Amino acid sequence: MSIGKPLPHDAAPLHVTGQARYVDDIPLPGDALHLAFGLSTIAHGRVTAMDLGPVRAASGVVAVLGPDDLDTMPDCSPSAHDEPLLATGEVRYLGMPLFVVIADSHLAARKAARLARVSYESRPALLTVDEALAANSRFEDGPVIWQKGDCAAAIAGAAHVVEGRFEVGGQEHFYLEGQIAAALPLEGGDILIHSSTQHPTEIQHKVAHALHLPMHAVRVEVRRMGGGFGGKESQGNALAIACAIAAQRIGRPCKMRYDRDDDMMITGKRHDLRILYRAGFDDAGRLAGVEFTHLFRCGWAQDLSLPVADRAMLHADNCYHLPNIRIESHRLKTHTQSATAFRGFGGPQGMIGIERVMDHVAHTLGRDPLQVRLANFYRAAAGATGGASPPGPPEDVFRQKMDEGRASPPAGVQTTPFFMPVEDFIGHELVADLVARSDYAARRSAIAAWNADNPVLKRGIALTPVKFGISFTLTHLNQAGALVHVYQDGSIHLNHGGTEMGQGLFQKVAQVAAGVFGVDPAVIKITATDTGKVPNTSATAASSGSDLNGMAAQAACVTIRDRMAEFIAGKHQVRSQDVRFEGGMVRVGGEAYAFARVAQWAYEGRVSLSSTGFYATPKLQWDRKAGKGRPFLYFAYGAAVTEVVIDTLTGENRILRADLLHDTGTSLNSALDIGQVEGAYVQGAGWLTTEELVWDGKGRLTTHAPSTYKIPACSDRPEVFNVALWGRPNAEETVGKSKAVGEPPFMLGISALFALSDAVAACGDGSVYPALDAPATAERVLMAVRRVQGHV
Amino acid sequence: MSQIAFLLNGTPVRVQGESPTRTLLDWLRDTRRLTGTKEGCNEGDCGACTVMVTDAEGSRALNACILFLPQLAGKAVRTVEGITGPQGELHPVQREMITHHGSQCGFCTPGFVVSMATAHLNGDTDHDDQLAGNLCRCTGYAPIIRAAVAAQTAAVPDWMRADQTALKDPSIFCPEISSGGGAARAGGADSPLGAAYRPTTVDDLAQWYADHPQATLIAGATDVGLWVTKQLRDLSPVAFLGGIAALRQITRDGDQMRVGAGVTIADLRRAVAPFHPSFAELLRRYASEQVRNAATIGGNIANGSPIGDAPPALIALGATLHLRRGQTRRDLPLEAFFLDYRKQDRQPGEFVEAVSFPTHAPALRCYKLSKRFDQDISAVCGAFNITQDKGIVTAARIAFGGMAGTPKRAVQAEAVLIGRPFDIAAATAAAEAMAQDFTPLSDMRASAAYRLQTARNMLIRYLHDLGGAAVSVLKVRA
Repeated sequence: MSIGKPLPHDAAPLHVTGQARYVDDIPLPGDALHLAFGLSTIAHGRVTAMDLGPVRAASGVVAVLGPDDLDTMPDCSPSAHDEPLLATGEVRYLGMPLFVVIADSHLAARKAARLARVSYESRPALLTVDEALAANSRFEDGPVIWQKGDCAAAIAGAAHVVEGRFEVGGQEHFYLEGQIAAALPLEGGDILIHSSTQHPTEIQHKVAHALHLPMHAVRVEVRRMGGGFGGKESQGNALAIACAIAAQRIGRPCKMRYDRDDDMMITGKRHDLRILYRAGFDDAGRLAGVEFTHLFRCGWAQDLSLPVADRAMLHADNCYHLPNIRIESHRLKTHTQSATAFRGFGGPQGMIGIERVMDHVAHTLGRDPLQVRLANFYRAAAGATGGASPPGPPEDVFRQKMDEGRASPPAGVQTTPFFMPVEDFIGHELVADLVARSDYAARRSAIAAWNADNPVLKRGIALTPVKFGISFTLTHLNQAGALVHVYQDGSIHLNHGGTEMGQGLFQKVAQVAAGVFGVDPAVIKITATDTGKVPNTSATAASSGSDLNGMAAQAACVTIRDRMAEFIAGKHQVRSQDVRFEGGMVRVGGEAYAFARVAQWAYEGRVSLSSTGFYATPKLQWDRKAGKGRPFLYFAYGAAVTEVVIDTLTGENRILRADLLHDTGTSLNSALDIGQVEGAYVQGAGWLTTEELVWDGKGRLTTHAPSTYKIPACSDRPEVFNVALWGRPNAEETVGKSKAVGEPPFMLGISALFALSDAVAACGDGSVYPALDAPATAERVLMAVRRVQGHV
Repeated sequence: MSQIAFLLNGTPVRVQGESPTRTLLDWLRDTRRLTGTKEGCNEGDCGACTVMVTDAEGSRALNACILFLPQLAGKAVRTVEGITGPQGELHPVQREMITHHGSQCGFCTPGFVVSMATAHLNGDTDHDDQLAGNLCRCTGYAPIIRAAVAAQTAAVPDWMRADQTALKDPSIFCPEISSGGGAARAGGADSPLGAAYRPTTVDDLAQWYADHPQATLIAGATDVGLWVTKQLRDLSPVAFLGGIAALRQITRDGDQMRVGAGVTIADLRRAVAPFHPSFAELLRRYASEQVRNAATIGGNIANGSPIGDAPPALIALGATLHLRRGQTRRDLPLEAFFLDYRKQDRQPGEFVEAVSFPTHAPALRCYKLSKRFDQDISAVCGAFNITQDKGIVTAARIAFGGMAGTPKRAVQAEAVLIGRPFDIAAATAAAEAMAQDFTPLSDMRASAAYRLQTARNMLIRYLHDLGGAAVSVLKVRA
């Protein structure tokens, strides 16, 4: 079986030799043109005059398009039609495209783009959460509020109460390959787009709309991206649209590639937010009730902010049963880049809130935070073994409030704040395993002893769990298609709607397909994602890539295999279900034929060797407005232990060791899955430590290049880095019983923040909670140290 | 001499008609269609464009995005395409990168492969330092390091040594083409490359620069490169200093070390390591391998950045700066060179020729504070050097970067320390005095309050450090 084998990434030999082709590497005809945007230099106001004369006169410039040069302003938004390609009068953030230059080289376009003479009438910009709240500047009419139980009463009746305010920073994707698109004009006004996008169908749709063409006139091809992380779900639209318009007007191929600084100035990032919380709890740290207020800074356009903020609400519980909870979510509109999808899609922002509460509760009680976390865990799944089920809070309130007419979950099954039964909870056994693997208890004691001996440096340790819901919360997106051809020589052409951004999706799906046909994955040609082959695809996002496309490809392969089986069974007078495809052979009636031979015979027997496949995720039913239902097919779990050291004089800090245990179900490829887990942890830890986005008082992002925005470097990875997979089969019927892996392990990085919190707490007498905000830069760590030391 | 010649993946190439500030990266990708070398940031911070450059002094990794074509004259360039053998054989680091799953999206991978292959050729196994200038957003680095370790014991493939061998034979470059030797005068209207002046002696440079004081001098181009790639400036006329061997000399005279302006940070680090381990450790964290291999100490001083890392250490050492204009030379204490933000005591046509400093300073300690340990610009960089006699401080030199518009001494704090024992009371009092020395700014790297607080705390750290206590999180092991 090819499924489960730890094969290298299918493109690894191309990657390491420099042969892997990205959009900028595709040879274009010699007359290709290059585009660059001219950007606004104020955050909010009106363009009163824009003299593009010097731009047009610049060397190498072929054309310049300002808003007046377009009959209708194309829209780039994936959601609310609120993103004009170019500012039409009103400037809504600093870095907003005002015009587009079309020149004979990338450099000429960039140079010319700086030559416009633009006059503005500046208006006050809403840059912060507080400013947006004060102006009631928001998406949707008011906050979204979900409630379960009676939160106020539960907190009022609790023995202890904590409350706090937690600032959580955003995050730049920093895909190594910046945004890029190229458009090639075809006959009859049709157009071919090469785009570095997670969402080819969206590019197709937006380009068709911009060019006033039916979708069939636009074909989008994506072989691979140099990283996506959510940043290429919607942020590539503007480039593709600009290229398509220019190509259509001028009749020459057009390419647009953002320089890194432009990329960071123009495109959206992970949403930052402020979390306000109040929690009531007992002496064991069990939460009676908790209230959250999420204040999301969404930026100038709606983009994907609503589902992002929803997903934060959907992960406000993480692994904890919260019978009485109220979540209020504000989606604030500001004059900054439009925050967008980023690995976890709001999940990390929701989850980190309850982890902060656990940490704060434990500090208040003087308990090990792990004990408080375990005391609040969901009850173990019925079939789960090894984990002791905690008593859990009474279910009375939940039972009283359960909707009329809604089927009750099976007895003993607890539900999430959105009333979804948690039937697959494996947190108890997984954490118990990790506690043992990481030697958590002994290290915690050793750290306390070490801290007593070290006046300047302090260590800290934390274990945090992850429960992440898998499925798009916009239910209709949970579908996928595939197209498979078997050629008469037995080679196989595989195509599906998912895109490859490094996660190894293509290899995983190829392994699934190879498993169906019983052939070596090397027989299978993995081909570029193409809207002409598989239509109406969803973004490769929400970790869904292999779940959806693996199932769709499997269905297509099974269709072809069954036809081949029926054909060859007929020849041998046996039942088709007795035909076996394995080891590159087809076994039938005591004979064994090479797969290629059977393919040849089937072709000659006039059997169709091509099929589409389709998959729609079952069981989903979700009422977003009410916050009730089953938005997810299942949950993926994990846990991490991180140990850190801090310098109490400077706040400098380092991760010393991380132990990760992550649930991938039955892994489709353990090597690729471990790669996802390791990489996600480091990216998650980066979000919470060194990666700081800074805007100045005028709304200018001052961290717009790697010289000022610091993603983890090589030496920032944990020196001791133990990663293991929890490989038990998914309880749901997923492809190969596997689980999605792209996003969930990102949140293992949360343990780094709370390890830092633990180290900071060791600097005080326990009376002051560190209240460490994120990202925990050296500066924030030092502020927290001084706070617990009583200096501030 | 309007052309330059160099080896590209083992084959001689000649370049003419290019702008002298065309980057190697653009030329490789657009002109040569060697697209394995990637553009990730276009400012030398991500390493996706890393190439290996070899000359008589050895092979080193450099960032092609801020490397101008004239800098390559007479050298050999090897891109990722040339790391693979002539028959398509995989290099050991390529093989191990596949085996250990070191690539995911693959975009950073060619840069990593070149850095790793260069380190492998040089026998360097300090992988975290060798790869600090290569950013990866997918893997979390662990599998890349596993690959680097696994490849360590493999033999260096023949083709990786071919450049060094080939360069020993000057006839590989056609005789009419400059291979870096001989001063190239500005001129040649048909050839923009001819507009680049490439002197080989300091005297030639001095004369030319005195005549062309408006010119831009380019040594490593790690800063000037960004004037082109980010500010999109026209720098002409330009002079490339890489051909002046005399500027790359390090000499010792008694307890003084004199370092030519063209000495790279990498070479400076090696030179000071036996004398000033703390300074060498600071230089280990100076940018990245690729930048240290290109950047020069002269450039680091002359550009006058308030956050350059070498000046605070050199000021704390009591360094002397050697300036030259035409035939006129003058010396001044390094701290006197920095007048104000981006304003130096340098006349038009005057340039930094060398810097010298004592080799004996056992109490020198340098502390760099930045958001990220490696390849980051300091928020605060402090250098401390006190002299004690019978337990009493007799001299103190404390200098900071990031605390003012220039690298600057903490004279008030120094004064507090003189004439008393260096104990917690003294350190605390001196730390208090720093408020009179500095009024730092807030920016994206740190707030003013944090800068002042940590500058003060560094003095406390210095006390602990001299006392032998553990003060660096970098030295703690799991």
